[in-house]
Amino acid sequence: MKKVFAYPRALSQRRTHYCPGCTHGIIHRLVAEAIDDLGIQERTVGIAPVGCAVLAYDYFDVDFQEAAHGRAPAVATGVKRVHPDAVVFSYQGDGDLASIGMAEIIHAATRGENITVIFVNNTVYGMTGGQMAPTTLPGQKTTTSPYGRDTATVGYPIRVCELLATLDGPAYLERVSVHDPQHILKAGQAIRKAFALQVAGKGFSLVEVLSSCPTNWGMTPAEALRHIKETLIPYYPLGVYRAPEEVTGGDA
Amino acid sequence: MERVMMKGNEALAEGAIRAGCRYFFGYPITPQNEIPEYMARRMPEVGGVFLQAESEVSAINMVYGAGGAGARVLTSSSSPGISLKQEGISYLAGAQVPCVIVNVARGGPGLGGLNPSQADYFQATKGGGHGDYRLLVYAPGNAQEMVDLIGLAFDKAEAYRNPVMILTDAIMGQMMEPVVLPPLRTVAPDQPWATTGKRGRSKPNIINSLGLVGEDLERINRELQAKYARMAASEVRYEADGVEEADLVVVAYGTTSRVARSAIARLRQEKKKVGLLRPITLWPFPQQILAELATAGKRFLVVEMSAGQLVEDVILGVNDREKVAFFGKLNGTVPTVREVYDRIRSLLSEGGEG
Amino acid sequence: MVTHEIICAGFGGQGVMLIGQLLAYGGMIEGKEVTWFPSYGPEMRGGTANCSVVISAQPIGSPVVAEPDGLIAMNGPSLVRFKGAVKPGGVIVYNSSLVAEAPELQGVRICAVPANELARELGNDKIGNMVVLGAFLGLTKAVTVASIEAALQQVLPARRHHLIPLNSAALRKGLSLVEG
Repeated sequence: MKKVFAYPRALSQRRTHYCPGCTHGIIHRLVAEAIDDLGIQERTVGIAPVGCAVLAYDYFDVDFQEAAHGRAPAVATGVKRVHPDAVVFSYQGDGDLASIGMAEIIHAATRGENITVIFVNNTVYGMTGGQMAPTTLPGQKTTTSPYGRDTATVGYPIRVCELLATLDGPAYLERVSVHDPQHILKAGQAIRKAFALQVAGKGFSLVEVLSSCPTNWGMTPAEALRHIKETLIPYYPLGVYRAPEEVTGGDA
Repeated sequence: MERVMMKGNEALAEGAIRAGCRYFFGYPITPQNEIPEYMARRMPEVGGVFLQAESEVSAINMVYGAGGAGARVLTSSSSPGISLKQEGISYLAGAQVPCVIVNVARGGPGLGGLNPSQADYFQATKGGGHGDYRLLVYAPGNAQEMVDLIGLAFDKAEAYRNPVMILTDAIMGQMMEPVVLPPLRTVAPDQPWATTGKRGRSKPNIINSLGLVGEDLERINRELQAKYARMAASEVRYEADGVEEADLVVVAYGTTSRVARSAIARLRQEKKKVGLLRPITLWPFPQQILAELATAGKRFLVVEMSAGQLVEDVILGVNDREKVAFFGKLNGTVPTVREVYDRIRSLLSEGGEG
Repeated sequence: MVTHEIICAGFGGQGVMLIGQLLAYGGMIEGKEVTWFPSYGPEMRGGTANCSVVISAQPIGSPVVAEPDGLIAMNGPSLVRFKGAVKPGGVIVYNSSLVAEAPELQGVRICAVPANELARELGNDKIGNMVVLGAFLGLTKAVTVASIEAALQQVLPARRHHLIPLNSAALRKGLSLVEG
């Protein structure tokens, strides 16, 4: 009998600390499946962020470095330059990547650094307790925007894929979502493609994943998924922002 | 042995390469620019990587990545840039990632000036970043020591899995002196703890400084402190010149030790008994020899280009504030030989030996 | 003399850093301890640039020379700035092409070299620094002319090595002014 569903080898057996309804677990799985699929577990090095995924190194069965807040692309650069044959990815949230780590992500992207970035955008600082993020939507209430994000005083959300698409450096930029099975499949394909491009030496790849945070959004898990579909996607349109070249072995 | 003339900064850079360093990440700042410029030329010749980072913050985090991946890696900067690196240095210490950091110090605080300074002593030896950690800190006294100590720094960084700092200044960096270079070494980045990809290992290697559970962090810090104790017991280095017979011992490192040496030479011509104690490691600090000299009845003069930082460690070692005099310059100018000479003369006459 | 403490000063572009380096390299070639330390003030453009050189049989203390026993001054402002610091018994060699009034100092040997004119005679306006250096070597014996010639091989990039004979001629011209 053909096995059609199994626990990914690149995931560790540990139980995660993520809240019920959080989609980090799904994204971890998609990353692990991509690593399995490409047969690169033995040469993969992950860079964990500061944020909800700070313990990511516990959940994957690959080498990992824990970076300071926002610095993962610089750390990934250091690892990749020493071991060009390693597959190096960072896994970062929106506060980490688009606020404190904006310089690092822009410059890694513009260098065309041959790394893969998994950017999890849930429009809020999760681990620190629901503060306003650089991707928090206009009007969205957080613990530091209790009356709703007021664009007149704190400005507008940052669309990372669109911003990075202004640069010549990146090879592949795509925004995906994990709010339903169909989109999860597409997200998995995008993540696999991003890793495949790195394996092929094509340069910088980033997949932005719209993700839920029921806890800090004050919603049930089901409401949170609906919120992605109805509110996040209209502001953060899904799609490919930098088209990859054809890659042998990829399923693009 | 062939002597070649090199600027201190270039001697540091070539010394690092000779010691097997093949990765340099840095950001421009005066007065250390000869180091990244030298590396930009030289690294491609030896198959290494020079990368100009987008900031000092990024540079030190690239160092964290490369050091964690097992490589001999260097960054250099000057005072304000070293301040920016402090976050990364704390992480490097916490995660026990070996690397070498050069501070060609300039005057502060704030933007300060380009003049040589020793006002980063506290920052280098007593933290700078957050948490209970220590760097091994070397203070070269000439261009040859720039070469020798940076080589030693890479060996010690790896032996202790700890960041090592070279603390020097604009004069030492700009000055040219003859040096003898050691042979070129190649060191493969294959540390057993490094993140290379598992490559057949049963367990992943993790480079990390997180200890969310209280007992974990307590244990991590106990291990770190045990390591620092080993370093303190084995790594103290200093030069003692004529201290046994001296009435007065001048304590100075780097540039000010050079000025003091000239002043002492003049005084010895006048048959004055003056010695020089030059710490080569600023951490661990040569407390023991100071304690012994104090017990033997010596008095001390600390000469430094700061408002008084090294002097605090000297007082701790001597354990008698009355025996320690201080002569400092506040970052704008270097003490002249004449000034140091005069100061020693007046101290000797106060003591009745003049 | 066991130790030579020298300041070379002039306008940027007059080659004072180069003659300082040549002195240091020359000392190294002779197996001595040497230091060379550059000092550019805010006046780097158009004003004085200077460097300190120490040549000694002993390990060298301060590389920053405050009280030189030898001064090479390639222009007026440099002479004004440093002449008072020269130790009794010391030597000043200055470029009299750019200094109208000869300095008067007790206990210091002073040598005027019309460097610009002599350089023109030698066929290259930029070689005045070497003429002055030649005279300085003749008076101080800090290093030999042969050591400076050997130093030129190391200091000048290969594409400039065809200028070494001209530099030699300028050095020996300067030397001839003080010998005899």
